[in-house]
Amino acid sequence: MSKQTNPPIVLEAKGITKRFPGVLANDSVDLQLHKGEILAFLGENGAGKSTLMNMLYGLYRPNEGEIWIKGEKVEMSNPRDAIDRGVGMVHQHFQLVPVMTVAENVMLGSEITRGGGVLSRRKAEERVRELSHQYGLDVDPTAVVEDLPVGMQQRVEIIKALYRDADILILDEPTAVLTPQEANELFRIMHDLTDEGVSIIFITHKLKEVLNVADTVGVLRRGKIVGSAKPAESTQESLAELMVGRAVLLRVDKEKADAGAVVLKVEGLQAFDDRKQLILRGADFEVRAGEIVGIAGVQGNGQRELVEVLTGLRTAVNGRVWIEGQEVTHFSPRKITELGVAHIPEDREKHGLVMPYSLADNMVLNDYYQKPYATGIIMHQDAIDAHGEQLIEKYDVRTPSVKTPASSLSGGNKQKVIVAREFSRPTKLLIAAQPTRGIDVGSIEFIHTQIVAQRDAGAAVLLISAELDEVLSLADRVAVMFDGRIVKILPIAEATRERVGLLMAGSEDA
Amino acid sequence: MATSATVTKTNTKKKIDSKTMMIGGALLLAAVVLYKYMNDPITTTAVLSSTIRQSTPLVLGALCGLIGERSGIINIGIEGQMLMAAFVSFLVNVYTGNLFIAITSGILAGMGMGLFLAWMSIGLKMDQIIGGTVINIMALGLTSFFYQVGLTTKGKLPSIPLGPLAEIPLIGPVLFDNPPITYLTMLLVIAVQFALFRTVWGLRTRAIGEHPSAADTVGINVNLTRYLNVSFAGAFAGLAGAYLTLEAVGSFERGMTNGRGFVALAVMIFGKWTPLGSWGAALLFGFASAYQTQLQFSGNIEIPHQFIGMLPYLLTIIVLAGFVGRSRPPAAVGQLYETE
Repeated sequence: MSKQTNPPIVLEAKGITKRFPGVLANDSVDLQLHKGEILAFLGENGAGKSTLMNMLYGLYRPNEGEIWIKGEKVEMSNPRDAIDRGVGMVHQHFQLVPVMTVAENVMLGSEITRGGGVLSRRKAEERVRELSHQYGLDVDPTAVVEDLPVGMQQRVEIIKALYRDADILILDEPTAVLTPQEANELFRIMHDLTDEGVSIIFITHKLKEVLNVADTVGVLRRGKIVGSAKPAESTQESLAELMVGRAVLLRVDKEKADAGAVVLKVEGLQAFDDRKQLILRGADFEVRAGEIVGIAGVQGNGQRELVEVLTGLRTAVNGRVWIEGQEVTHFSPRKITELGVAHIPEDREKHGLVMPYSLADNMVLNDYYQKPYATGIIMHQDAIDAHGEQLIEKYDVRTPSVKTPASSLSGGNKQKVIVAREFSRPTKLLIAAQPTRGIDVGSIEFIHTQIVAQRDAGAAVLLISAELDEVLSLADRVAVMFDGRIVKILPIAEATRERVGLLMAGSEDA
Repeated sequence: MATSATVTKTNTKKKIDSKTMMIGGALLLAAVVLYKYMNDPITTTAVLSSTIRQSTPLVLGALCGLIGERSGIINIGIEGQMLMAAFVSFLVNVYTGNLFIAITSGILAGMGMGLFLAWMSIGLKMDQIIGGTVINIMALGLTSFFYQVGLTTKGKLPSIPLGPLAEIPLIGPVLFDNPPITYLTMLLVIAVQFALFRTVWGLRTRAIGEHPSAADTVGINVNLTRYLNVSFAGAFAGLAGAYLTLEAVGSFERGMTNGRGFVALAVMIFGKWTPLGSWGAALLFGFASAYQTQLQFSGNIEIPHQFIGMLPYLLTIIVLAGFVGRSRPPAAVGQLYETE
C-alpha cells in the first residue's frame, strides 16, 4: 500500500546514541515518521526499542544525535516537553492509577478546573466521552480503572494522549498484554486514528501484526537499525531473520506423537475464581504420555483456575484429578511437584521466580530442601551455584553471572530460567501456561523446541495458550475451553483455525 | 455478561448496606446520648465536650499523617512533631507572652520537622520508618534537655461561645463553646477533605501516592510534590502541639504528647486515609479518653484506675487488629521514587 504523495515528516531522529553504564542501548539510530503513517519497530527483547521510544518521549536524553519534531529541532528534558509538542506515549506497563476513575486518570497533570484549583469532574468526563466517541473507543469516563479489562485500560491510555492533543502516538508493545480479539480491536482503532491524521510508532516483536498493520517496518538489533522494509515486500521469515540475525524456525518441526498411557486424568473439575464466582464449571479430559494437549480458549474462561487447581495452588470445589492413576485432588503443590509435575506458570514474575533472588537460588526453588542442595537445615551454596552454572550453560540463559538477581534479566531470559529449572528434573507431566507470552522469537523458538523435546522424552504435556497459533503449531490434540468447560477435543488434523475459533467463541460445532 | 451483572448487583447491595448501617448507627447513638442526657445532663455534657477536645490533637495528627501517606511518605514521626511544636510554642509563649506568635511558631516547628522527615526519606533515601523514629527520639531528647522546671505560660486560649448557638442545650456547650484551635480543626477537616478529593492538588497528591510513575509521565514532579506535602502536613502536627500547651493544658511537661501521635496514626488508618473518616475515628478515641476520665472521677467503680486509663489504648489495639482489615493504604506508600 505505497502512498502516492509523500506526506510530510512529523518526527525524525538523526544519529541517536544512548549509553547506559556498560551498555550501548542505541547506536546512531535514524528514523522518520510521516504524517498519518504507522511505523513499526521490530526487535528482540533488549534490542533497544523501549530506550529509543523513551528518548522520543523525553524520559531519557540521548548522549548523541538530534530529534526533530514537526520541522523543529528539540531538546527534551522531561515528558512535559514531549507532550507540549504533541507526542503521546502508551507505555507497556500502563501508567494509570488503579483506584481512580477514567476521567481522573485522563486529566491528571492537565486538569480542567473551575478556577482556584477546583476540579471540574463533569467537564473532564464530557471531554473523555467526546474523544471516546470521535475515535470509536467506547470508554466510560466514570468507571474505576482497576475494574476495567486490560484492553479497555489501554484505550484509556490512548485517550490520555489524545486529551493532550497528541498527534504523534508511541505505543510500546501494545499487544503484549492483549487477547487476540483485543489486539484486532486495537488495530482497528489504530487505523481510525491514522485516518484522523494521527501518526503512530509502535514497537513489538510479533511479526504477524507488523505485516498486518504497519506501513513501514524498522528492525532493531543490539541497538542498531539493521534494516527497514515495506510489509508488502516482506514475509515473517525475512523479518525474523533480520531481527535475530540468523534464520529462525517459525513453525515447530516435530514428529507425529506416539501417545502412551494416560498420565493426567481430570473429571468434573470445578473451582471458584478470586471473586468467589464459579468459573471452572466441570472440566473433563486426559493427557497421555508423549503427547501435547493444547488448551485453546479466550482468556478468562477458566484456564488460569484449571492450571492452579492442577498444580495445587487452588482448591477444587468439585471433581477429581489423577496422575498416573493416583488421585491427587487435594495434594499440596510440593507433593504434586515431587510426583514429577513441571509447571511453567502464566505470570513468570509473580509465580515463576523470586525476583530479588539470584538465578542459582531460583533454579533450586523446587528442590532446595533436598540433597545435594541441603542437609537438614543447612544449605550448600556451592552445590546450588554449580547447578545454576550448569543450567545457564545448557539453556543458554544470557546473564552476567549466576549470582545476578532474576529481576535484572529480560523477559525471554527469565522464562529460560524457569524452563531450565522445571525441565532439569525427571518430568512425567508438564503444565505450560502461556510459555512464550511477551518474549522474542529467538527465545520462543528455543522454548518450543524444549517442550517438544519433553514430549519426545515421554512426558505428557498440557499447554495453555492465548495464542491460537501457538496451540495449533505445538499440540497433538486441541481441547477448546469455553465458559469453564472443555467443549470439544479435536485431533490436530481436524483443528482448523476457523473451527477452533468458532468453538472458542461458544458456537456449537458443526 | 451474566457474571458482570451479578458483580454490579452485589456491589450496589453492599453500598446500600453500609449506608443503612451508618445511618442506623448514628440514630442509635443519638438515642443513647439523649437517654443519658435525660438522666444526667451535667455528666453527659461534660463527657461530650471533653470528647470533642480530646479528639482535636488526634484528628490534627491524623491529617498530618494522611497528607504524607497519600503522597507516598509514611510518617510515624507525628508524635515527635507534636512534642517539638508543643515545646516551641510553650517557650515562645513564655518569652513573648503572645499567643498568636506562639501558635505560629508551633506550626513552623511542625513544618520544620516535616521538612526534615522529607529530606531524610527523599534526599537521603532513608527508610521512612527509621526517619520517623529519628524524629520521635530527637524531639523527646531535645525537649527534655532544654526544658526548665518552673517556667509558666502567660495565658491560655480561652473558650469563645458562639452567641445564641452556645445556648442550645447539649449541642451548644459541646459544639459552640470551644477554644479557637478546636473550632479551626473542625474547619480544617472539611477543608482538607475537599482539597484532597476535589482539587488539582488533591488529585496529584493521591496520584503520586498510588502510582508515582503515572504522575511522572504526565509531567508532575513527584519528589518535589512529596517534599512540599510532607512539610505542609507538618503544620497540622504543629497545630496539635500548640493545642496541647496553649489550649488544653496551659503548660509543658516532658513527654506530654503521651502517645497521641501514634493514636493519630491509628485514627488515620481507621478513617481509611480520609479526613472525614479520621474525624469519626478521632471522636471515637476522644470519647474513650473522656469516658475513662469521667469514670475515674466518679470513682464508684471497683476497677483500679490504671485499668480504666488503658481504655483508649485498648481501643486502639482492638480497632487496628480487628476492624480495619478491609482498608487499603495508598499503593506506593513507603516506596522511594527514582528515575533513570
